[in-house]
Amino acid sequence: MSAASGLLPQDALDGPGALRVRRSARPSGWLVPLALGVVVLLAFMPAIVSTGDTSLLINAFVLLTISTMWNLLAGYAGMVSIGQQAFIGLGAYAVVVGAINGMEPFTVIPIAAVVSALIAVPISMLVFRTKGGYFAIATWVVASAAQLVISSITSIGGGTGHPVPGLSSLSPTQFADISYWSALAVVVVALAMSYLLLRSRLGLVLAAVRDDEDAARASGARVVLARHVVFLVAALGCGAAGAILAVSQLQVEPASAFSVQWSAEIIFVTLIGGMGTMEGPIIGTVIYFALQQNLAQHGAWYLIIVGAVAVVVAIWLPRGLWGTLTRRLRFEFFPVGYLVAPGRREARAPAERGPEPQPAAAGDR
Amino acid sequence: MTWLNAILQGILLGGFYALFATGLSLLFGVMGIINLAHGDFAVIAGYVAVVLVPSTHLPMVWGFLVVVPIFALGGYILQRTLFQAALSRGDPLTILLVTFGLSVITENALLQAFTANGQSLDIGGLIADSINPNNVISISDVSLAVLIVAVVLLAALQLMLSRTSTGRQIRAVADDREAAELVGINHRHVFGIAAAIALATVALAGLASGMITEFAPTTGTSNLLFAFEAVVIGGIGSLWGTLVGGIVLGVAQQIGAQINPAYQILAGHVVFLAVLAFRSRGLFAVREAA
Repeated sequence: MSAASGLLPQDALDGPGALRVRRSARPSGWLVPLALGVVVLLAFMPAIVSTGDTSLLINAFVLLTISTMWNLLAGYAGMVSIGQQAFIGLGAYAVVVGAINGMEPFTVIPIAAVVSALIAVPISMLVFRTKGGYFAIATWVVASAAQLVISSITSIGGGTGHPVPGLSSLSPTQFADISYWSALAVVVVALAMSYLLLRSRLGLVLAAVRDDEDAARASGARVVLARHVVFLVAALGCGAAGAILAVSQLQVEPASAFSVQWSAEIIFVTLIGGMGTMEGPIIGTVIYFALQQNLAQHGAWYLIIVGAVAVVVAIWLPRGLWGTLTRRLRFEFFPVGYLVAPGRREARAPAERGPEPQPAAAGDR
Repeated sequence: MTWLNAILQGILLGGFYALFATGLSLLFGVMGIINLAHGDFAVIAGYVAVVLVPSTHLPMVWGFLVVVPIFALGGYILQRTLFQAALSRGDPLTILLVTFGLSVITENALLQAFTANGQSLDIGGLIADSINPNNVISISDVSLAVLIVAVVLLAALQLMLSRTSTGRQIRAVADDREAAELVGINHRHVFGIAAAIALATVALAGLASGMITEFAPTTGTSNLLFAFEAVVIGGIGSLWGTLVGGIVLGVAQQIGAQINPAYQILAGHVVFLAVLAFRSRGLFAVREAA
């Protein structure tokens, strides 16, 4: 990640007597073929399951995408947003605007993501003036303001919403398949992007900030830059997810695209699975959809159970399911963290050493 | 004259927002709790009044005599059990998720029990009474009463916080919990009292909203956002700030509505964001944001 380079001074981890730092999980080379296998299997899903099931999977991919983005913000960068629906809605409306102007709706998806990220630049300048609880509320207000502004533009349907034109040339099967593959592509890119981002220097800065922000700043980590990058990436991902929603549902309404309900689902999914782990949102999404499929016929009771699960997990399982499990197993599908162990000089290749070993400081700690 | 009326209506609306935001401000300022269920608690107060007050044969206007003590007790118990358990985890996200869970539970339990239909608290002919100095300006007696209740309540709370022993303990715990513990304050009990006060005020706000307008299981969330705006505009930790924040928000919304009814809420958001941009800790902030 070029944006992340230079976030930390080069000598932070080098130098004589430095601690030995390695990835937090066991080496797991077989996971790459496994991940590829899962993606290939998912890609063939439209040939295996019904259209109803693929549209359910599209919704799951959308939820997983936005939860992964929120997890980057809250779980890794410590910024709890209640306003990611702003970027979901903006992404969805970018598709509407593109399609009205004669563009192919599916090709607008990446453009919608970029538009969302661009709009996030001025928003970040405003909301970054706040932190903690203020930040959460500020993002919520921004999302509500975005909804009201979009609702007041009559050429894109105002408060009642607008259909997505330009999709009638596709047959229903073609449309269902392309929607599904687009959603799959977005979620795979979102997961891969987070993984690479967290393994880059930027991920290291975020880990340092999470452990001790003052110490991270004092050692020269560019904390504010890192947060801006994460905020823009999260807007990019949520914009893409919103664009998927727009094309797959053929219709965008401000009240649902910008609904604070998105934040509720995101928070539930991420915290149940385990915030600050990449696996958490995946497990949370599976649980959320399992609950929904099995309990939705009970109406309000289903959401009462969801709320109760949230309370119980928050208090008695604060690391979430995966976070609790991974500490026991010392295993991660996505090793993005670090373990710090006392360094042994012979374990370090000469090229990785600091400028000049100083005997007095070079011993084991 | 219509603009003067808009400003007056804004001040009245601001009184309601301030009343609504008082409990939020206390929980936020003292315990650092962002209570996402605050709006839903107010809605519960409305339903409690609907269910209990008729059996007491009191007029609905006096319903607060029944509802407020129940909420104060409930607030103390809630703080000593669930909220304290969440706060003990030491992670601000825990309490956020707990109150979020409570909000989801409340809204859906109310839907299950009372359907999605709006309800209001019937106060008879009082609702129509108003002061009309001329043919443009009309000040509703009920709205004026809500504003007065908000001002009196905030003044009483401010006095309590600055003059009484309990108030000093609350401020001490809010400033530095460990130091307060060292001088013998039981912070759990003090938190319980603060939560009892907060829930008592939210009960008043819930009853006021039931008298002025309608409530339904899902109306809590939009009021919650306005209450948050009032608290942040005023500055966390300052009760007078909350009153001013509520009035600033109310006036902004009414002036926006005067320009175009569709701009009412947006105008409030714009003022909120402007305050964040130029005074990011609110107009009257007395301590660092939680």
